[in-house]
Amino acid sequence: MLTAQLLYGLTGCLIVALGLRTVLLHASLLHRVVAINVLGAGVFMILVAIAYRGPGVPPDPIPHALVLTGIVVAVSATALALALARRLTAEQSND
Amino acid sequence: MTELVSSLMIVAGIGFYLAGSIGLLRLPDLYSRLHALTKADNLGLGLLAAGLALHSQDLLVAMKLLLVWLAVLAASAASAHLIARHAHRQEAGS
Amino acid sequence: MNTTGLLVFDGLLLISIVSLAWSALASPDARRSVILFMAFGLVLAVAWGRLLAPDVALAEAAIGAGLSGALLLVAVGEQSNRALQDNALRVSERNALRVRATLQWVITILCVALAATLAWALVHALDRATNERLAQIVSENLAASGVSNPVTAILLNFRAYDTLLELAVLLTAVLGILALGTARPDYQRTGPVFDGLARWLVPVLILTAGYLLWVGAHAPGGAFQAGATLAAAAVVLRLAGERSIGLPQAGALRVILAAGVGMFLVVGLTLLLLGRPFLGYPPAWAGSLILLIESAAMLAIAATLVLAFLGGRPPAIAVNEENNRC
Repeated sequence: MLTAQLLYGLTGCLIVALGLRTVLLHASLLHRVVAINVLGAGVFMILVAIAYRGPGVPPDPIPHALVLTGIVVAVSATALALALARRLTAEQSND
Repeated sequence: MTELVSSLMIVAGIGFYLAGSIGLLRLPDLYSRLHALTKADNLGLGLLAAGLALHSQDLLVAMKLLLVWLAVLAASAASAHLIARHAHRQEAGS
Repeated sequence: MNTTGLLVFDGLLLISIVSLAWSALASPDARRSVILFMAFGLVLAVAWGRLLAPDVALAEAAIGAGLSGALLLVAVGEQSNRALQDNALRVSERNALRVRATLQWVITILCVALAATLAWALVHALDRATNERLAQIVSENLAASGVSNPVTAILLNFRAYDTLLELAVLLTAVLGILALGTARPDYQRTGPVFDGLARWLVPVLILTAGYLLWVGAHAPGGAFQAGATLAAAAVVLRLAGERSIGLPQAGALRVILAAGVGMFLVVGLTLLLLGRPFLGYPPAWAGSLILLIESAAMLAIAATLVLAFLGGRPPAIAVNEENNRC
């Protein structure tokens, strides 16, 4: 186990906790969307830390592919969430 | 020798970034803060890019770094102008 | 390699990442939160570079920080315009927060417990001898995959199903976006400074997108980064106040949106008809097939992200639907 793996992995866990707490507690929809993205970033950090093999050694490419897929899925979920929030606000202000 | 020069350039570039950050935190006005930030972008990034280009000793990498510097130069100048114009219009309007 | 220096760099980087995440989440102002989130994304991209993940770094900078940030900023701008008009929304949100005051401690403790469990699992997983089985299989079969970048080989060849389903997720999101409303109003024509910047930035971005698509076969890059760069070009055009931003008209737009999943299915079913397994490329054709699928995916991703930035159905589609109503 490399120091870098441990450091980045633990930071990822911390960021997951931060993001999750804000998703559950914050009232503003926009803050929650940002928090979900931060939560995702924490998970990606754990994955990429697991893939790291050392300074000169080529890393494990499979978690990289997983994280790449995750980034694209996160942005499409964000886009849909923002469209839903926009429609929700429009409906609420029409009532 | 090349290593020494490139390290000096990189440290100088970081010095400009430090100056820009201190300016962002300490200067009183929006316009003076923009002024400090664009200095960091122009000369700081330029020195950083030049130092890295020297370090890499590869013409293709140096050209890419030059392109990066030019793009950041133009983008930061345009965005500084837009921010300053927006702030000026807001002040003039109210 | 100077390990102490690297440790100091790691420590500083991680401290900035955590403090940026904390500030972004704790800031009450939505716009400040979004801008701090964009900074968080960019520093995260540096972390990916340090962990020798250049593909992920490119994607994070382009999609995670760049396009996510743009989408969020546009949403914040709309929200602040509307909030000036009706304060009732803000009052109701304030009420909602007060009710949950006693629950906050419980949820905080649960999140800390989750983080501790994750950390314990991580340490245990890293302690065991690293099982290199999958990575070895990838490096052994890389030569037959048609590309030499292992991440592209995994995404487009070894785990092509996952990428197919990922493009289907993108398609679902854009269908939702199209169904939920019409696009945001156009921007005003901008002044000469941004106009001049856009004039040379947009061609460079398009060229860079093509380069990223091509180079993804043997260096960090690929369809996703290229699609995001192409979408960034369209966003710059839109911000400059252009009416036409390169988005095709209604029929062609639908074809392009479906092209990501569609090209995968066409290639897969053709291979099935030829007697090979679904998406089992013949090694001699693998490189060309991957490039074909990646080009279609790039266009689909770019169109999806641009429509997400627009916020809904572009005016042309809305007009066509009114004409077709029977």
